[in-house]
Amino acid sequence: MSKGKTVLTLFLTFLKIGAFTFGGGYAMIALLEEEFVGRRKWLTHEEFLDIIAIGESTPGPLAINSATFIGYRQAGFFGSLCSTLGVVIPSVIIITVISLFFDRFMQFRYVQYAFEGIRACVVYLIFSAGLRMFKGLKKKPITYFIFGVVAALFISFYIFGIGFSSVICILACGCVGLFVYALASLKKPVLADNTGESENETRPRDTEFPQREGGAGK
Amino acid sequence: MIYLHLFLAFLKIGAVSFGGGYGMISLVRETVVSNGWLTDTQMMDFIAVSESTPGPIAVNMATFVGFSQGGVLGAILATLGVIMPAFLIMLLIASVMKTFMKRKGVNAFLEGVRPGVVALIMSTAVTMGLSTLFGVGGELYVNILGLAIIAVVATVSVLYKKYRKKKISPILLIALSAVIALCVNLIIHG
Repeated sequence: MSKGKTVLTLFLTFLKIGAFTFGGGYAMIALLEEEFVGRRKWLTHEEFLDIIAIGESTPGPLAINSATFIGYRQAGFFGSLCSTLGVVIPSVIIITVISLFFDRFMQFRYVQYAFEGIRACVVYLIFSAGLRMFKGLKKKPITYFIFGVVAALFISFYIFGIGFSSVICILACGCVGLFVYALASLKKPVLADNTGESENETRPRDTEFPQREGGAGK
Repeated sequence: MIYLHLFLAFLKIGAVSFGGGYGMISLVRETVVSNGWLTDTQMMDFIAVSESTPGPIAVNMATFVGFSQGGVLGAILATLGVIMPAFLIMLLIASVMKTFMKRKGVNAFLEGVRPGVVALIMSTAVTMGLSTLFGVGGELYVNILGLAIIAVVATVSVLYKKYRKKKISPILLIALSAVIALCVNLIIHG
């Protein structure tokens, strides 16, 4: 396939995916797999899982992450650009059209009645998405510690009406992660017999560059 | 200048939101409420709309907020802002730093970020629940209809998962709660 044709195929495929996936990034995974692993065989199953893992651990919507990555692999920069635009364009058009009528639509009495129920449902949807992600977290004391502190701070700040910055909070959590890691790698050679701590669990696979990363984490 | 403001606000959201669309909700809520762009209620109504329309939630929210503040140009700029960090980061990873994600430091940072993000998502749900179900932040009340709907929706999705072995579509749950609320309100208010 010529490069121009590959770019066009990428654009159209991602346009289709953008137009037909309801329910955000996770719903998109199934479609992406069917399209690129199953039908086109552009990716192996392992490569696909790697893309999801990378997309999950980098900021931004999963759909954008995977479109950029797959596009780049198949056709370089233009491939990634067209894939990303493809996946975004349907949303932008649909939401713009909805926005035009949204305020008027919300003024109907029946719509207001229905939305009273929908708001409760949204609370449930967000909570259960969080719960699913919670179950997927690594079961380590530090995980529960960070989770507990952040949740307690967020909720009490909300109740007392104090402003809360999620950005600073996310960066702080990252720094705690680095700090714990640095601590674990520094402790390792000195206190080899220290048991019962969370860092012991990570020990077997963290033996590669303990010194250097420990220094970088301070 | 609203256009620049929208672009930068969503650029920031795109750069620090880990964990997909839901991870973004607390950030978007914070941004739009503190700027006075949307109220908390409008925000929740729109989350339901973006759940029921195709495409990534983050892009839907950026387009909606951008359009409400700056028309079509606002929508385009907010959307570009929210996707740009992901695009550039993935481009970098795909082209030069394939082993980047395997670095211990990066991994350690993310190990800290993940539980924080999950906590933000669940706390967002809790605080949204407190405000719509109990009126926390204003006049206190108990929204019995809302509580009943959450109970129904939770039961239905647990049963669905048990018997059909897969996750129920959020659109179905939204439709179900809309129908219940509409019927109950019509019976009460006519």
